[in-house]
Amino acid sequence: MIKVNDLQFSYGDVPILSGISFNVEKGELCGLFGPNGCGKTTLFKCCLGFLKTKGGTISMNGESMSGKKTEELAKIVSYVPQDHKPPFPYLVREVVLMGRTPHLGGFFGVKKRDKEIAMEAIETLGIADLSDRPYNQLSGGQRQMVLMARALAQDTPVLFLDEPTSALDFQNQMKIWKIMREISEDGKTIIACSHDPNHVAWFCDRVVVIGDTGIVANGSPKEVISETILSEIYSDCCCVRSMNGVQMVMPSCVMNRNNFSVDYATKSVTGMAQDYIGSIKTPWTQKAELMEVD
Amino acid sequence: MAKISFFRKIISTITHASDDGFNEGRKIAILVLLFIILIATAAIAMVLGAYDITVYDVYKTIFTHLTWGNIAEIPKLHNTIIWNIRVPRILLAVCVGGALAIAGAVFQGVFRNPLVEPYILGVSSGAAFGAALGIVFPAIFFSIQLSAFAFGSIAVAMAYFLARVRGETPIVTLILAGVIIGSIFAALVSLLKYMADDTALREIVFWLMGGFYYATWNDVILLGPIVLICFIILWALGWKLNILSMGDEEARTLGVNPEKYKLIVVVLATGVTAIAVSLVGIIAWVGLMMPHASRMIFGPDNRFVIPASLMMGGFYLIVCDTLARTLTSAEIPVGILASIIGAPYLCYLIRNKGGVIFG
Repeated sequence: MIKVNDLQFSYGDVPILSGISFNVEKGELCGLFGPNGCGKTTLFKCCLGFLKTKGGTISMNGESMSGKKTEELAKIVSYVPQDHKPPFPYLVREVVLMGRTPHLGGFFGVKKRDKEIAMEAIETLGIADLSDRPYNQLSGGQRQMVLMARALAQDTPVLFLDEPTSALDFQNQMKIWKIMREISEDGKTIIACSHDPNHVAWFCDRVVVIGDTGIVANGSPKEVISETILSEIYSDCCCVRSMNGVQMVMPSCVMNRNNFSVDYATKSVTGMAQDYIGSIKTPWTQKAELMEVD
Repeated sequence: MAKISFFRKIISTITHASDDGFNEGRKIAILVLLFIILIATAAIAMVLGAYDITVYDVYKTIFTHLTWGNIAEIPKLHNTIIWNIRVPRILLAVCVGGALAIAGAVFQGVFRNPLVEPYILGVSSGAAFGAALGIVFPAIFFSIQLSAFAFGSIAVAMAYFLARVRGETPIVTLILAGVIIGSIFAALVSLLKYMADDTALREIVFWLMGGFYYATWNDVILLGPIVLICFIILWALGWKLNILSMGDEEARTLGVNPEKYKLIVVVLATGVTAIAVSLVGIIAWVGLMMPHASRMIFGPDNRFVIPASLMMGGFYLIVCDTLARTLTSAEIPVGILASIIGAPYLCYLIRNKGGVIFG
């Protein structure tokens, strides 16, 4: 469905991406995961044709993306940007209707059917109460929901989402991920950036991890969201535990502070208490440790 | 056949639109109302003037011309005043007002800034320089209007190519380039003013204030069709303009090539502005204000803002020009009136609707 092969990109002389290759199958929800500034958004922009690549190939839906016209691209792939605020007070329903643009024709263009599709997308996201509000006066989270609805209305086989849940509250985050799962189960292919390893682990079919040097890992979330890989990109600040078979990524500083193990059921309370006491570090013991190292 | 299906489409838009929440039926009705107001204003303006002619005589003269009747029956004086002075003048005011207002609407949309006016890329300064050249050196630049048009276009082209870097024209760079080119030409105009003798200087100053004193049928026949064609094309691109006003990347995702459409739309809008300016001089405010007024009524959807701007721009300049030629025994340059009436309106907008209009 999406094939990226040996992609190269640089801003001027500064290389941003090199040797990026991965495949995403049809109907997969693929999470793109990596630290700030590793080139996730740049990768998106290369795939969407906003930026000219310096080498490598990208194909979607079996067609090569190079040399495609903007009009044709928009029928294959839709994009939800991180945030964006236009200067004019378009109503939410109008913004969502804009998603129908690649399918419009004729003089006045917009048909009754297009408006119905737009309104359906608004219903799907549960933002019908916003539909008559000016889009540029909404909060960042509300705008993200609207842009998601717009991407739904665009009705493309491939969707790219750049941190679609970054500005949302917990309930709406779960709503967006559930909607993404439903869309991908309908046979659409989704690539979503996220900074939350848990979200990626819980909802994605595949995870591509990008580090400073290129792709660090690519596979199912079970394999990829592991302590080894997370410590490679985040320098030892994560622990991975599992609770009733569900993976959980926890910050190691919290884990150390409480010596808290999600798999506590396997340990006795006394054992936990012993571990806890053993792990307490007073300034004195820390100092002693440091001296030993020296 | 195509015509029938086109009308059917319009009718179906009107009938379906009422219940879907997009309010398009209501908006179309307001557009029709605006059109009626425009016609009515023009009709009233025909009757007003320094020389008293009765309403009956005015419409008899116009009616005779429109129905290819016997012109010899009309008194010669009436014929000259009505048909050769007032009618072309009012039509020219409509064309110029409409042209500046649609250009303003388009520029504001493309540049994603509701405070942009059609002169932003330096058309007016370029045209002023061209006109001043024509006035100071009549032997070399035989036509003031042609010279104004040529230099207006050159100024915009210079701004555009100055801003174009690696196949892209970012908005901020384009506006800055317009400011730079504008100030160069403004300096050149000052230089010409300094060099000019007294009569030429008076003429330059007068030209810069703008006015319809010399309106003839030739001007109307030149400007009318161009405004109409540009208007139809820009109107047809109204939805694309909505998308462009969301930003370059957004436009790309939605399948609208920003570079291509920005170029088309800017060329058309600049073209009508340059011709309008070269015919009547610099008239400020219309291009800034009328798109705002339209947006207050219709919301930001350019499919409605563009036709509404055309009609409201025409309406506004008829009002200003009629006041200009009737308020005092001597004529007031219309540019002065347009600004004096326009500025308080914009103050009102900023104080009261600032939050909605300016985001």
